[in-house]
Amino acid sequence: MKKTILLGALTVAGLAAGTAAAATLDDVKARGKLNCGVSTGLVGFAAPDASGEWAGYDVAICRAVAAAVLADPTAVEFVPTTGKTRFTALASGEVDMLARNTTWTFTRDVDLKFEFVGINYYDGQGFMVPKSLGVTSAKDLDGATVCIQTGTTTELNLADFFRSNNMSYEPVPIETNAEAQQQYLAGACDTLTTDASGLAATRAAFENPGDHVVLPEIISKEPLGPLVRHGDQQWGDIVRWTLNALITAEELGITSANIDELAKGTNNPEINRLLGTEGDLGGMFGLDKQWAYRAIKAGGNFGEIFEKNIGENTPLGLSRGLNALWTEGGLIYSPPFR
Amino acid sequence: MGGAKSSIGYVRTEMLGEKPPPPTSVGVIGWMRQNLFSDILSTILTLLSLYLVYSVLAGVLPWMLKGIWNASSLNECREIIAESYGEGTEAACWAVIRERFWQLMYGFYPSDMYWRPNLALILLFAALAPVLFDKAPRWMLVFSVAVPFIGPWLLWGGTIWTPVAAFLGFVIGFFVNRYVARATGTLAGLLAGVVAAIVWWLFLAEAFSDALASVLPLAIETVESRKFGGFMLAITLGITGIALSFPLGIVLALGRQSNLVIVKSLCVGFIEFIRGVPLITLLFVASVLLNYFLPKGTEFDIILRVMIMITLFSAAYMAEVIRGGLAALPRGQYEAADALGLTYWQAQRLIIMPQALKISIPSIVSTFIGLFKDTTLVSIIGLADPIGWAKLIQSNAEWNGIVWELYGFIAFVFFIFCYLMSRYSMYLERKLQTGH
Repeated sequence: MKKTILLGALTVAGLAAGTAAAATLDDVKARGKLNCGVSTGLVGFAAPDASGEWAGYDVAICRAVAAAVLADPTAVEFVPTTGKTRFTALASGEVDMLARNTTWTFTRDVDLKFEFVGINYYDGQGFMVPKSLGVTSAKDLDGATVCIQTGTTTELNLADFFRSNNMSYEPVPIETNAEAQQQYLAGACDTLTTDASGLAATRAAFENPGDHVVLPEIISKEPLGPLVRHGDQQWGDIVRWTLNALITAEELGITSANIDELAKGTNNPEINRLLGTEGDLGGMFGLDKQWAYRAIKAGGNFGEIFEKNIGENTPLGLSRGLNALWTEGGLIYSPPFR
Repeated sequence: MGGAKSSIGYVRTEMLGEKPPPPTSVGVIGWMRQNLFSDILSTILTLLSLYLVYSVLAGVLPWMLKGIWNASSLNECREIIAESYGEGTEAACWAVIRERFWQLMYGFYPSDMYWRPNLALILLFAALAPVLFDKAPRWMLVFSVAVPFIGPWLLWGGTIWTPVAAFLGFVIGFFVNRYVARATGTLAGLLAGVVAAIVWWLFLAEAFSDALASVLPLAIETVESRKFGGFMLAITLGITGIALSFPLGIVLALGRQSNLVIVKSLCVGFIEFIRGVPLITLLFVASVLLNYFLPKGTEFDIILRVMIMITLFSAAYMAEVIRGGLAALPRGQYEAADALGLTYWQAQRLIIMPQALKISIPSIVSTFIGLFKDTTLVSIIGLADPIGWAKLIQSNAEWNGIVWELYGFIAFVFFIFCYLMSRYSMYLERKLQTGH
């Protein structure tokens, strides 16, 4: 259509590699919009509502970053990415960041040249069984038929778990989550295994969720978090510390309700530094003093985002568990703002 | 002898009037006897089929008709169903279609601009009318020329001068071709025309439209491709694919039969390569691989990339379909054209193509229908076509777990489009029927 498009199409490969380190922050500011890669729909984490507005736990991270950088939580272009296209979308610059239920692993971090800026959800693989089966522990599943999504890490985790416990199982391969629900309900398998948050979402959709239980064993570590490209430390820092600001806000008791009050100045120096009434932390990475104030204001602190999208009062009904603050027995911990 | 009475008492002299055939061989009963119960085997088969149809309908119809249209979530639906029909009744929850209808149709396209794709579709039919139906008035051909430029402008928006500039490219190409062809030769003229048009599009068109836009800013709001979704996306992809792959397919088919070695091997190579690769691979190339090749920051629209891939893919199939039609023509037709002293293009236009295309109508339309349905594959690369939207809707907490209603509705809409296309092809075959 436009000249740039045609020229681009004719330009050859080599040019691309060298320009990767360009400042993402400048691009985002110039564009006036943050391009944020999300999933193509995952209950509680990312989905458009009836009016086309995206909402969810991952979406809230995008909005917080947009609020910090562009002073507008709605200045986000959400780019749905599938499990197959997500990494190229990020590597090619189609999106500025990815907040898409992506497990932080060695190869993704090192080999694919991404930077995971933190962990916003500690997930792990679990099992769901019908109550009528009378199973209370995953160790009782010897000889069970298991519905499992093929080609995922869950498949490998499952094999490891059964082997290390000297048990046997029969896999029923399935392709998508929707298919998993159907197969499991139709009794094609004794148990369904996937990430615990996914199990909760699946169970919430059942007509009689009470007839099914999620077993207590978690057989793998799935730390999920937002990620950016290697090579632009400044942008990585912005996304990392936006997430940390949300966590610290919960720790310091800053909520969307009292933030305006606290932003006038308090006698807690860390709150003052975070909200920009003392010092100039934002200036160190090219933002203004109010960046964290806006990020927190966008959707509330970490705990508020959790409760609103996936917490116990939502259909998903996830308890904080590992995702509670470190002060409350969880793993969520932010380095200090100093 | 006339009316004379016969001397033989038992011989009738007057003709009997015609009697109606026995009731068992006419009307509904006769038809059923003849077609459904003509012998024991067909009677058994008829009864079995009737039972099959009954049991399917008995399951599906109550489920559909009892469906709930007013609810805001799957759970609310289930409660209403349990209340009105009793616990354990299975019924559809059409409320999801009602709530998300516009999203399934237009995706994220801004709702106050729905008139734009609608108008584009209406204009498209106006443009197709003179091509598809010979009874349509000839002046409607104006639409056929204008809509390829107006349509995209309506969908994507921006300044009016962009489509004008694109159109001027063709005009320039045409005149350069004509002028050079007169001075040198046909081939040189063709090449010069193409080069002139490309030079215009690449280097001058944007400056031209920018200049005019600054003088006379006629523009409508720009809508990014990302906002395209639902059936609007499927139809946009399908129609561009169909409209572009048909002429491209003809050219490829002719190229494949050409006597020029380079042209022939290029065409064969292209066709065989594209046909040897699954469409989904090409889509991945469009969405993933091109991103690596193009310089960072290049604005090469994802939908445009997908359109190109779909067009190339179906052009290769189209070429083979048309080649089938060309092969089916008797050799004598080609020789007769030569004997009349027609040039190559005259022979193709007047004798070969009309017959070859007529022969291949059913296959051409099948390819089109296949292409239209294949557009759903774009959901795999993250574009929000109807299937992609079904997934997005399912991932709302309110509609998590809803399956049949969404996919059933999408299948129904696809069926309407494909059925219309197939009926049109049958109409066209009847109209062009010249045999006896």
